[in-house]
Amino acid sequence: MSDITTTGFANVEQTVLGADELIINMGPQHPSTHGVLRVRLKLDGEKIVGSECIIGYLHRGVEKIAEHRSYQQFAPYVDRMDYVAAVSNGLGYCEAVEKLMSVEAPPRARVIRTILTELQRIASHLVWLGTHALDIGALTPIFYCFREREEILKIFEKYCGARLTTHAFRIGGLQYEAYDTLEHDVERFCKDFATKVDEYETLLSENRIWVGRTKNIGVLTAEQAIALGVSGPVIRASGVKWDLRKATPYAAYDQYQFEIPTGKNGDTYDRYMVRMEEMRQSAKICLQAIQNIPTGPIMARIGKVLKPPPGEVYHAIEAPKGELGYYIVSDGTTQPYRVRIRPPSFINLQAFDAMVKGHLVADVVAIIGTLDIVLGEVDR
Amino acid sequence: MLDRLIEFFKPHVWPLVFAIVIVALVPLIAGYIVLLERKVMADMQARLGPMRVGPHGLLQPIADALKLLLKEDIIPDGADKWIFWLAPLLSVTAAMLAMSVIPFGPVFQIADLNVGILFLLGIGSMGIYGIVLGGWASNSHYSLLGALRSSAQLVSYETAAGMAIVSGLMFGGTLSTRALVQAQLDSHMWFFICAPIGFFLYLVASIAETNRAPFDLPEAESELVAGYMTEYSGFRWALYFLAEYTNMIVVASIATTLFLGGWLRPFPNAGWAGFFDYIPMLLMLLVAGYCVYRAPKQPVQIQKLVMYGVAGLCALLAIILALPVFGSAGSILAAMKPGVHGAFWFLAKVTLYLYVFLWLRFTVPRYRFDQLMSLGWHFLIPISIVNVLGVGIALYLHRSVEEGGKGWPLAASIILTILATLAVAAWLAKRNETKPALAEPEKF
Repeated sequence: MSDITTTGFANVEQTVLGADELIINMGPQHPSTHGVLRVRLKLDGEKIVGSECIIGYLHRGVEKIAEHRSYQQFAPYVDRMDYVAAVSNGLGYCEAVEKLMSVEAPPRARVIRTILTELQRIASHLVWLGTHALDIGALTPIFYCFREREEILKIFEKYCGARLTTHAFRIGGLQYEAYDTLEHDVERFCKDFATKVDEYETLLSENRIWVGRTKNIGVLTAEQAIALGVSGPVIRASGVKWDLRKATPYAAYDQYQFEIPTGKNGDTYDRYMVRMEEMRQSAKICLQAIQNIPTGPIMARIGKVLKPPPGEVYHAIEAPKGELGYYIVSDGTTQPYRVRIRPPSFINLQAFDAMVKGHLVADVVAIIGTLDIVLGEVDR
Repeated sequence: MLDRLIEFFKPHVWPLVFAIVIVALVPLIAGYIVLLERKVMADMQARLGPMRVGPHGLLQPIADALKLLLKEDIIPDGADKWIFWLAPLLSVTAAMLAMSVIPFGPVFQIADLNVGILFLLGIGSMGIYGIVLGGWASNSHYSLLGALRSSAQLVSYETAAGMAIVSGLMFGGTLSTRALVQAQLDSHMWFFICAPIGFFLYLVASIAETNRAPFDLPEAESELVAGYMTEYSGFRWALYFLAEYTNMIVVASIATTLFLGGWLRPFPNAGWAGFFDYIPMLLMLLVAGYCVYRAPKQPVQIQKLVMYGVAGLCALLAIILALPVFGSAGSILAAMKPGVHGAFWFLAKVTLYLYVFLWLRFTVPRYRFDQLMSLGWHFLIPISIVNVLGVGIALYLHRSVEEGGKGWPLAASIILTILATLAVAAWLAKRNETKPALAEPEKF
């Protein structure tokens, strides 16, 4: 992404007819830029010869805020980054601070964290599927997706009272004990969720138009994907088997059996298939986890005032959209000296220009959709 | 002098009345098609749809129209004012004009032109001027792209639609819309049985021509915001909307007239199918009964009243539909039958045809522009030409029966040519699969 003040694009090509290029501003108010992303497109007819993402419309200075809050006070702020997957954000932050303080959450807390985070992954992927399909013109899947997402949000609501920005976990474990019917609710949801995924697939997977709109669109080879630093389903669809849940297990993931789905071509269709399979795997993890939730305390023994020893830590988790990392520097006081967040959406968005070149305007929305970006996280 | 004036105007009185009825009713019908669309969409998406304005949202179209009329009328600064003003009028005029040759019944038709179908095709193409001019006059990139897409799409699919219509016309042997329906009555079958491929091609092409999903690229909201309508608001926007829905009614009417037997009931010549005459009135009674049943459950008094009103209206329609059936033969009541029942069957077929439009819209994603063009030029147009050839050969084989007594029966020759056309279609589909798309993504 080149600098906003430069007038030209990095790569100017000759148009086919020798005509002037058309420069279009997509967004920041546009139905399918998922928030306030602004894309400047340079068009030759409808073909894209250059693109430039302009971000920052949702910048709230989350990292700077962290420097003036105590460790506990900052925890709810991270929920506002990727607001469709707030639970995952909270998990990453809590675990990072725990690592900084060298404490570990008790086993019971870790299993419940795993269950809620996997449910959140399903919910996040459901939002992705609905909006992605809507961008490509399928109007119906979003309603089915939100129907199932509602069930997950109800579980969150029963657990901690909030649905969207949950602040479900505390540093050192959980604030709330699991409610009585949590296992029952999760089991009921996950048991027939696989058939629900099949239902979505009947609408899309073998639909000629859907395949035509997604196959060979926005191809990202494995080398490109690694070079650009993308993560999550985007890199897995390119054929790289990289999942932090397996690579550096956190929470309770080392106890469960699950597959890491990968694609071959790294196109939009593969990313679609990878996410669909991930939803099934997440349901599988939840079903395994509720079989055996350990008893015991839900909070580690930590003081009311957190004063981590001076030092620094980097902890990353596999958020629904990719590697979500927290780099925290402590100077021994109650407030972090610096918090740097590595949001998956921001890094994945860098692949946009490479993916979009040579395609048509219609493919731009398909590619924005398939990257599954959340602007709250890109801009922070 | 007065006598001569009366003599001059006499043949124009009924067409004038029909024209006023159509111009008054079409916006209302278009509004209710929007409501139907939203209800069907809601049904397919596991929700209720409009429920607030009137019982089950029955007054929603009127509220929408009121809102649009009262909205501020915005003309963008850089727009070409006159053309911006003129474009929606052009669109809506062309769409309304096309209604003039459509026979809603044996009598209810403004003008029975001897080139009716040709007139429909010509006027249908006029509507594109409204879209292109509107997109150009808005002085906006999105509008311009939408307008260009729309014109390219219409030009491409007009050919296929025209060829599909020709395959139906060859069975009728006339261009007059009324005579086409008469021909279907005389030949004892609807033409979609004779030319199923032609009907199917017309179905696809007509969806593309009216810019409906999955071919709704000119107004693809996720790509071009609202296409050529982006800069329009308020009443002008409503005019475009009206033009679009009127066009849908027009293409559905063409298909009904040409392929689905127009105002004829199913099996119009068969004596055993006489029970079809009772269906319209029973259907209306059913709706009236349902409204009466639901009325006490409405929460607000006025909603109850509206519900009873709708029930009364349906009961009245049922009586009107019943009178010709029970009227003694030869009386004036029995003479009303083709007109009254014709209008019912015609509207029923148009509604069914439109339902397919809605059904598709909520089921399938949207084509990309090059895929749309590829489908039109590489598949639909070749198939439609082959289909016309096939129908010609079938008719030739059959006609030699009448002359020499040695030709083929109609059914056999039609089936044979349909199979041949399908084989060509399969071959084309296979060939298109191996061929790269028009805009092959560049290698990185």
